[in-house]
Amino acid sequence: MTPVRVVIALCLFAPFVAMLWVGSYAKVEPAFIGIPFFYWYQMAWVLISTALTMVAYVLWRRDQRARAASRRSSTKDGGASS
Amino acid sequence: MTEGVNVVALVVFCLFFVAVTVMGFLAARWRRAANENSLDEWGLGGRSFGTWITWFLLGGDLYTAYTFVAVPAAIYAGGAAGFFAVPYTILVYPLIFTFLPRLWSVSHRHGYVTTSDFVRGRYGSKGLSLAVAITGILATMPYIALQLVGIQAVLDVMGVGGGENTHWFVKDLPLLIAFGVLAAYTYSSGLRAPALIAFVKDTLIYVVIAVAIIYIPIKLGGFDAVFEAASGKFETVNPVTEKPTGALVPAEPGQWTYATLALGSALALFMYPHSITATLSSKSREVIRRNTTILPLYSLMLGLLALLGFMAIAAGIKVANGQLAIPQLFENMFPSWFAGVAFAAIGIGALVPAAIMSIAAANLFTRNIYKDFLKPDATPEQETKVSKIVSLLVKVGALVFVLGMDKTVAINFQLLGGIWILQTFPALVGGLFTRWFHRWALIAGWAVGMIYGTYQAYQVSSPTQKHFGGSSAEMPLIGEIGYIGLTAVVLNVLVTVVLTFVLRAAKAPEGVDETSPSDYTADSGDPGVDPELPPVTAATH
Repeated sequence: MTPVRVVIALCLFAPFVAMLWVGSYAKVEPAFIGIPFFYWYQMAWVLISTALTMVAYVLWRRDQRARAASRRSSTKDGGASS
Repeated sequence: MTEGVNVVALVVFCLFFVAVTVMGFLAARWRRAANENSLDEWGLGGRSFGTWITWFLLGGDLYTAYTFVAVPAAIYAGGAAGFFAVPYTILVYPLIFTFLPRLWSVSHRHGYVTTSDFVRGRYGSKGLSLAVAITGILATMPYIALQLVGIQAVLDVMGVGGGENTHWFVKDLPLLIAFGVLAAYTYSSGLRAPALIAFVKDTLIYVVIAVAIIYIPIKLGGFDAVFEAASGKFETVNPVTEKPTGALVPAEPGQWTYATLALGSALALFMYPHSITATLSSKSREVIRRNTTILPLYSLMLGLLALLGFMAIAAGIKVANGQLAIPQLFENMFPSWFAGVAFAAIGIGALVPAAIMSIAAANLFTRNIYKDFLKPDATPEQETKVSKIVSLLVKVGALVFVLGMDKTVAINFQLLGGIWILQTFPALVGGLFTRWFHRWALIAGWAVGMIYGTYQAYQVSSPTQKHFGGSSAEMPLIGEIGYIGLTAVVLNVLVTVVLTFVLRAAKAPEGVDETSPSDYTADSGDPGVDPELPPVTAATH
């Protein structure tokens, strides 16, 4: 478990904590343009979780490339130079 | 609802419907590959779809017409509790991100078309694979039926559904036509048809929602007025239960239900054969991961759409059947031509998932019942042929469901379907990460989950129904009211784990695993993945 993978895991896990802890957002105030907190908060989380998934995706790709590169250099006996 | 036919709306609706029908048939020529008689072509669109097509396809698939009618209808009827669809669709994407790329990789390497193919290959167990296949088919059928219910709601509001005293044939004729068209182009074009139509469907839906969410609140005096009217309505007491009819936010006891429904439904959603079919049709595992970052746009739309339920209350819509609330809101609020566009959006929104679902169910039957048990030496041509015919049969079954039985039967079964499909989670997701579970233990766990879930759902009563009145019941040990499917799957896992220990101690035969660890991370371009798929080898026994 590398630090990057821990961050990826946290990004993917955060929405579960936020959404399943219903007590933290089951209230009417503060309302936003007349929409109770309960509704706009959850819709805001659509955006937050999207951002988190994007971060996870970018990190994951970088991680995969690094792994592929190190695998190549080890099999080709240090032949990878990019 | 039937005081007259809304001619303008009907004409607009029919125009879109005709356009989509033409597209559906033309889709057969779209991106056609050389070997068109294989199940990969008909049933998975040649496994060739890139990021955008997959986005439309999965979006068109997961957010169905029924969702569009049922979610606001639930809000209209009871308020906050119906909004769980939003956290549910938030949670589904981290899950897809984690699980489905592995399934994609192993499926590409071994030519798996269905989840049951994978389960058979992983555990070397036709029995377990059959259990998964039957669960998938059973769960999908009522789902297709509900898509037809969605079309019916729209037709009703347009005034062509017919009243109670119309002859049944005349009453159901429009639905029969819609159904016949759907069946015909699915048969001829396979997965390419819904993929192409999904573009139209989603464009329409986005336009309608964008307009509705701005235009209707302005007409009703802003969101303040909308929510004030809603909270006023929810405070009135239901004469049967002597409780308030709804709430703007879930009260303490309802929060467990809300959270477990969101989690359980998220876990169930990507177990459904139609989500898997759409996922496997993408051309690389990158496409899947990239899609988890753009698919939530649909969740945002779903959230806005859910708010329409409150607007229906504020607009004074009074319908006995809650599912008519949103179509009726459109009819009352929009000029006729735009109401027609909105109805077309819902109608076409039903066709896309119905097509994908019937293809998914047909693939399950062909691969895991026909080929595994009836005709092991079937050629790819025969497989495709059988799949095409079964896709028709599945739709006829759904139609019989909708026309022959009370609508609540379809809804009850869909509710059960969610509980059932969740019981395939340990075999499928467990199998993606570990081979530790024993195949017989998984079958036993599945059976326990199925029986417990069905029995519990049967026991739930509501003011209007003696059985199947809801999907939540008291959870053992915790003592709160929660989603039955989730309780059942926990029980399922417990049984599986305990029996795995027992069977391993008893040295029960484990079955042959035809996959290897590197299969789960393979991507297109790697050896054995692209461009050629290896022939599927039957599990060795």
